Amino acid sequence: MRKSSFLFVYLAACSLLLAAAFAHAQYQQNRRSPELRENGELVRTLELTDLCLFTEARYTRHPSLADFDAPFQDHPCSLEHFPSGSLIMPNWRNAENHAHMD
Amino acid sequence: MHTWIEKQRNIIDFTLSSLSRRKGKNIALLLVYTLLVFLLASVMFFTYALKREAALTLRDAPEIVVQRMAQGRHEPIPRKYLEVLKKIKGVNSVRGRLWGYYFDSVIGANYTIMAPEDFPYAEGDITIGSGVSRARLVDQDDTIPLHTYDGTSIPFHVREVFSSESELVSSDLLLVSEADYRKLFGTSKDLFTDITLKVRNAKEISTVAEKIVMLLPDTRPITKREILRTYESIFDWRSGIMVAILTGAVLAFIIVSWDKASGLSVDEKKEIGILKAVGWEISDILLMKFWEGAVISLSSFLTGILLAYVHVFFTPAILFKPVLKGWSVLYPEFRLVPFIDPYQIATLFFLTVVPYTVATIVPSWHAAIIDPDSVMRS
Repeated sequence: MRKSSFLFVYLAACSLLLAAAFAHAQYQQNRRSPELRENGELVRTLELTDLCLFTEARYTRHPSLADFDAPFQDHPCSLEHFPSGSLIMPNWRNAENHAHMD
Repeated sequence: MHTWIEKQRNIIDFTLSSLSRRKGKNIALLLVYTLLVFLLASVMFFTYALKREAALTLRDAPEIVVQRMAQGRHEPIPRKYLEVLKKIKGVNSVRGRLWGYYFDSVIGANYTIMAPEDFPYAEGDITIGSGVSRARLVDQDDTIPLHTYDGTSIPFHVREVFSSESELVSSDLLLVSEADYRKLFGTSKDLFTDITLKVRNAKEISTVAEKIVMLLPDTRPITKREILRTYESIFDWRSGIMVAILTGAVLAFIIVSWDKASGLSVDEKKEIGILKAVGWEISDILLMKFWEGAVISLSSFLTGILLAYVHVFFTPAILFKPVLKGWSVLYPEFRLVPFIDPYQIATLFFLTVVPYTVATIVPSWHAAIIDPDSVMRS
């Protein structure tokens, strides 16, 4: 077998697997849509506002409800120190509703 | 056509033989390249799937949440505010929410504790999230003691555990009755944590929010659109984890491409000289170099993307877990629904495969146009 044939077989197999990944994603989206609906129902009945991604600090547990200064307000000169606080971006898009800090 | 295909195959055969002569260097390059694509694609898959799942899950979030602000902080809101809000034109329903955080000193975890208006069980009963169940080793019909604000311990009977499928929203949740909530935190009957509003016409939400601020200046309304935008923005490419990974990966990729673009090794130059001496055209040499770049970048790209898919949606995101967990004692065991964006894959393709292939051809063109004799002697 020629070396180029090996390459083509490898690239074709990878492309097929990539197509299979898209098919798998679509299948999983359909299969798990009841689960997403149930979570949505839980959000609706309990009036939840956030995903439970980080439980270590209140401003990362509920980022949509937190103040910009929440990481720094525990005491004067307080520094943001929770690891999850450094992972997510401050919610600047909703800045108009938050108190000015200057 | 057949001749053209045969020519390409011959050149690819030769290219692969040439690559295998520098086996060690090229395998290392292939591994680094694959790792770069894997990292970038993993972050892309993870954040995109999370954003989509957040958008689908939170589309039924409250239309407006009203918080009371005092001394720059979110404070409990008085019950009398409900009456003011009910009078706003266009408001369908107004409900006071009771929720807060409970620090469990036994395991050092933080829970979110809520008292839903229609809690289906009696006082002394509790519904817990599966993360709490796992962390505290309690299940349905077990007892979980919680401490009140004055240090008294109340044993709660676990009536229900949320399903593990709902961990992304309920992992750390504790649901109790209103009476138990007020007993735990000593909250007066005249106070709620915040207030939620339903608005008759979705187009009026921003107008209602403006009226709330006018009527109750010490409050802050947060609309559903803002809640949804939060999850669009917090995993933005500028957020901490994205910038850290992107910067590292892009710099590494620039170094790899720069190494290729800045010139050829003596061996590679000699090879080009010999090929020209035996009759190869410049176009054939460029074609060979194009295939060399394409073989490495395409193989790495496809392998990296596939590994990233397996990593994020099958393992699930095991390499990110320690980063995401941080200091949390209680971390949700969720498996993201695989939402993938073909546009992002195409972007990654054009940002990785194309520059690398071009970077391989350019220095070869410089070497290919020089006299073969001088190239071989250099």
